[in-house]
Amino acid sequence: MKDLYLVLKNLTRKPLRLFLTVFATFIAFMIFGTLTAFQQAFDAGVDLAADDRLVVVNKINFTQTLPIAYANRVRGVEDVVAVTHLNWFGGYYQEPRNQFAMFAVDAENFLTVYDELVIGDAERAAWIANRQGLIAGKSIAENFGWQAGERIPVNSNIFSQRDGRTDWDFDVVAIYEGADPQTDTNSVYFHYEYFNETQSFGGDFIGFMGVRTTDPQQNEAVIAAIDDMFANSPAETETVPEKAFNKAFIEQIGNLSLILTSVVLAAFFVILVIVGNSMILSIRERTREIGVMKTLGFTSGRIFRMVLTESLLVALIGGVLGVLAAGLMVSLVNKAPIQLPVLVLGGSVWTQALLYVAVLGFITGIVPAMNALKLNIITALSRS
Amino acid sequence: MSDDILFDLRGISKKFVKGNDTITVFENLDMSIARGDFLAIMGPSGSGKTTLLNMLGGVDQPTSGEILFDGERVDTLSESQLAAWRANNVGFIFQFYNLMPMLNAERNVELPLLLTRLGKGQRRKNVAAALELVSLSDRAKHMPKELSGGQQQRVAIARALVSDPKLLLCDEPTGDLDRQTADEILEMLTLLNRDYGKTIIMVTHDPEAAKYAKRTVHLDKGEFVAKELAA
Repeated sequence: MKDLYLVLKNLTRKPLRLFLTVFATFIAFMIFGTLTAFQQAFDAGVDLAADDRLVVVNKINFTQTLPIAYANRVRGVEDVVAVTHLNWFGGYYQEPRNQFAMFAVDAENFLTVYDELVIGDAERAAWIANRQGLIAGKSIAENFGWQAGERIPVNSNIFSQRDGRTDWDFDVVAIYEGADPQTDTNSVYFHYEYFNETQSFGGDFIGFMGVRTTDPQQNEAVIAAIDDMFANSPAETETVPEKAFNKAFIEQIGNLSLILTSVVLAAFFVILVIVGNSMILSIRERTREIGVMKTLGFTSGRIFRMVLTESLLVALIGGVLGVLAAGLMVSLVNKAPIQLPVLVLGGSVWTQALLYVAVLGFITGIVPAMNALKLNIITALSRS
Repeated sequence: MSDDILFDLRGISKKFVKGNDTITVFENLDMSIARGDFLAIMGPSGSGKTTLLNMLGGVDQPTSGEILFDGERVDTLSESQLAAWRANNVGFIFQFYNLMPMLNAERNVELPLLLTRLGKGQRRKNVAAALELVSLSDRAKHMPKELSGGQQQRVAIARALVSDPKLLLCDEPTGDLDRQTADEILEMLTLLNRDYGKTIIMVTHDPEAAKYAKRTVHLDKGEFVAKELAA
């Protein structure tokens, strides 16, 4: 505690330099916190995918459709518990820039297959009973101000109705929540029947299917059974575990993990150079004072610890403020009317941040601390 | 060795290696300093007086020979043992005061006490007493830059005294001060020597300053060339 007072006095002797080094650290940790929250959100699409859920898509690629009759045939496969089908609707609210994920689904089975979307039993029954009903995730409902019981128009940027209109009217039957904080609540689901009856072209086609199996152990057999069933047909299928499907989907954007890690590493490297250089200069300026302290009887080890504590404090202050600011950014992003996964800045980000604080503080402090440790009193006192 | 001897230097040699050359500062130097002495060391630049002071203060070690302080060898102590020895036995007063610019006067004076086990309350009492001794109680909260040169040197003296060392080592303590202020500082050192029994060793270029000492030795090329009692 005695030394902490001296450390704090040394730290604050040049407020502008302290501000700039803390600010630089703050920026690095804000970037780290925000990007890590993004990375974890994208990873959550893979991590939260159910092990006992499969995705069936057209073998050509997932933008090609499948006949709706396939759904009933898949239901007959051994060890399949439930099947639902989904069509991308291309929905937007009021203006084309308000686009969001909206799917026409087999409502009766949908919540059995995707049971991480949580609504009450009565709401579920009400939705199944209302062919113009939709269920909306909590985040998107908050973004657009939708309430259960409200009737809203939603446009499609792909489909049109038979009378040429591109807007459909829907009843917001329920707002669903996610079983996990990172479960996607930015999507909207409505009845396939309503879509199929009103849209102007095609018909009786589906985008892909979600299949729940009795046990992940049976996935391999179910996959083989489904794909064999439609082999050599005009629309062959490719069935994959949902985790693999989500992973491949995210990887289309690029190697997100590598991109985000590279940005964070670049930020930390720059900070390392800036803060490290600043610490070296700061201690160099104090050469004579360190010589005086040693003369008075402060041991080299004690001075080494004081210098290292100083650099750790800079990293700690900047790091904690940076992650707090990242938390603010994350909450702003979550509230923004944009289609992004739910970002969560949780304990693991804080744990990583504190680890990086320790590493950054140590690396930026070790050189000046060693210089102070090795400093000869006579050399120090002879410097003006 | 007599009980009155505080420092005893026996056969001290000090050599520096610079490139291919070896520079000999002292060769087989003997010296005794009595307890309660006020010794001025004078000599031209490069005569070895600061090197001698550094060895007496335990911040430099002889190449060979023995340095005994109160009968105990100090030239064989490790770096950390020497640091503890300095903290317990030596107060340093420098030409340019060497106060910590980010600490006020009382915090500067408190520095040596941070090396002791004294509690905060006792430290504050000792600091107040030291500042009172140098007549700077009313400047306790002032930062060094708010003090004159003389006042800064008095704070430095209070810092040197606060842990009650037996020995005060002064390296050109008045070298940066005007005559009047220098005399005030030297009178204070005289008082500390006379009334508080502090042994004082002072390196100086200034013959006027040396007059305040009980005795003066002259160094030239690492040897004592003359000894005389101060007036």
